[in-house]
Amino acid sequence: MPSAAAAFHRRIDDALADTRVRAALASTMTRLTNGRAGALASLEASDAIRDQARRIRAHTIAHLDTYLDQFARNADARGCRIHWAPTATDATRIIVEIARAEDISLAVKSKSMVTEEIELNAALGAAGIRVVETDLGEFVVQVGDDRPSHIIAPIVHRRREDVARLFQEKLGARPEEVADVAAITAFARRLLRRDFLQAGMGISGVNLAVADSGSFCLVTNEGNGRLSTTLPRVHVAVMGLERIVPNAADLGIVLQLLARSATGQALSVYTNIISGPRRPANPGAPGAHGAPGAPGAGEPDGPDQLHVVIVDNGRTRMLDGPLAEMLYCIRCGACLNICPVYRHIGGHAYGGVYPGPMGAVVSPGLMGLDQWSELPHASSLCGACKDVCPVRIDLPHLLLTLRAQAADRELGPWWLRLAMPIYAAVATRPALYQWLGSLAARVSQGLARGGWIRHLPGPLAAWTAARDFPAPARRSFLQTYEQRRGRTGNAS
Amino acid sequence: MPPAPATATATATAGSDARPTSPRRVQLFVTCLVDRFYPGVGDAVVSVLERLGVEVIVPSDQTCCGQPAFNGGFTGEAAAMARHTIDVLTARPDPVVVPSGSCADMIVNHYPGLFRGDDPYAARARDLAARTYEFSQFLVDVLGVTPAPCPGGPRLAYHASCHGLRGLGLHDQPRRVLQAVAGDRACALPDAEVCCGFGGLFAVKMPGISGAMLDAKLDAIATSGAEAVVATDVSCLMHIGGGLHRRGSAVRVLHIAEAVAGARRA
Repeated sequence: MPSAAAAFHRRIDDALADTRVRAALASTMTRLTNGRAGALASLEASDAIRDQARRIRAHTIAHLDTYLDQFARNADARGCRIHWAPTATDATRIIVEIARAEDISLAVKSKSMVTEEIELNAALGAAGIRVVETDLGEFVVQVGDDRPSHIIAPIVHRRREDVARLFQEKLGARPEEVADVAAITAFARRLLRRDFLQAGMGISGVNLAVADSGSFCLVTNEGNGRLSTTLPRVHVAVMGLERIVPNAADLGIVLQLLARSATGQALSVYTNIISGPRRPANPGAPGAHGAPGAPGAGEPDGPDQLHVVIVDNGRTRMLDGPLAEMLYCIRCGACLNICPVYRHIGGHAYGGVYPGPMGAVVSPGLMGLDQWSELPHASSLCGACKDVCPVRIDLPHLLLTLRAQAADRELGPWWLRLAMPIYAAVATRPALYQWLGSLAARVSQGLARGGWIRHLPGPLAAWTAARDFPAPARRSFLQTYEQRRGRTGNAS
Repeated sequence: MPPAPATATATATAGSDARPTSPRRVQLFVTCLVDRFYPGVGDAVVSVLERLGVEVIVPSDQTCCGQPAFNGGFTGEAAAMARHTIDVLTARPDPVVVPSGSCADMIVNHYPGLFRGDDPYAARARDLAARTYEFSQFLVDVLGVTPAPCPGGPRLAYHASCHGLRGLGLHDQPRRVLQAVAGDRACALPDAEVCCGFGGLFAVKMPGISGAMLDAKLDAIATSGAEAVVATDVSCLMHIGGGLHRRGSAVRVLHIAEAVAGARRA
């Protein structure tokens, strides 16, 4: 078994052994899925809106080059500086260069999965630039030298007591400062406020860029996104190149679904539309030196520089292949929340930045199957993810596509690669199929006690690890059908 | 009225309720698991349909629909098995009834995609897909019948098998059938629409996760108060039943056709 697969199975076993985390995970996921169901139910014509959102995403992805060019042109006209990053390394190099050019020693960061993907914190740290995560969950992740386990709720694997202990050990918090969630939040806020005021650079993600205006939208629930993008003099927005819609009306459609699908909120607490850096005073205009807000006075706040780093990192490869539909994803996390597999193993077991059903497609999609061929198999293909996806991505189909690619490349267990062609050869020869079936039945009858088998041999032992296996019938339905008809007397 | 013994109860209402245009003859695709592990389920399907005045033909060359290969990513092997099944089931024009939402979903939703547009099997796959039905779907949507109550049988809980539910949209059909059979002996199963963890080879490839999902399902069954769990698929029932037996539970598993036919497999 390749080591990546073995490591995956080890992570699964570790996750399953942690019953405390599993219980917490199950209750949070239930709360989120119920919230989603309620929020969607309260949205009039939610099915039609989902159809429309899917059309918007499909159209955008089909014309991605056009809309990206349009966005870049318009954002540039608003004073943004656009950077194209073909790879994660390019992206981090670009951001480090910006920081160095501006003599940045401290950056504050709003929650962003794409910056996790490109491992930005490590790159900035290596360049001697301190980065502070300002989303409370991400802050806890950073303090604990941990990794997010959910794309929306990064510390869903941590309980309040864990965070309290962590803050006491690592940050010197006194017991009363971490007595409850409110105290923990206030403690973190006090520390973060200092960093917000000192940081020269703010880093954010981009939920959705708007092509025809050159603006982009950032949704958060904590206000840290707004502070990160307005206080420091340099703002770097990092954007996966698929995160774009044609216009503001389309943005409105998608936003109706994003928070509802993610957390059950009608809208996130903060929905920011960012349109370029701070506009300076226009010296020629009347009132240029008047009070803030006066015509021509320039904007009172916002960064002097706004850099947008558009990251490819495998996305155009997905665009050109059978996984393109995955690029419709708006990163709401609904598929994680509903997924029974995610609920039992949590996010860390998946190994990548993106867990759950979407992660099982995105990780091999972006980084190739070599290290990620087992991920698409970590699904019973129950289809619950497809049911809740706001843009109706056919995740089971994409998982099957990846399984087929893995099988074509002879990745996966040897016994399956051996067994499947034999099985197909037998199943297309009915007489042989029945004969071998009866043979197998006779053999397994020998293993059975009272009609049940408690220990199956070989790879099938995995079945009897958790459940008994029924002994097959000595003679099959088809072998005995004519006799059965005679006996039951039901022939018409 | 004294409760009749469950095994003796005639069940589905007479053919007079059937729609005038409803087919008088069907082909049974019994599925590999029913064929080899649960032949009684095949008997139950035949018995219910024949009592409704529908002639049942069982093509003798049928084998497996190929879903294990398809779900494993072995599309070439899956296509070979699909070709075989298409040959077997398109020799006649009759509708096909399948006592499995999952195998029916394979034929209805996945067969057509296995063949390129210019492959003659593509059109034959679409033809077969258009006349293939899961058992309860056929009763409710095609025949338009509701089974008669089966008094005195066990308390039943319904587990919604994933592929029937989400692939074929079988939400109401099996529930209506069971409600009719069980009446006030129907028990609510918490999280009835959450996967039991079977997933075909998933149960063997990811045994830990599959086992955890099964445990959650078994816990839900224990709280439901049911004496038997009913589903449209013997695959889920093999999984759940194996778990129940390992736990030493007295709860039985019943295929929906058996529940309709009078819970004859005790």
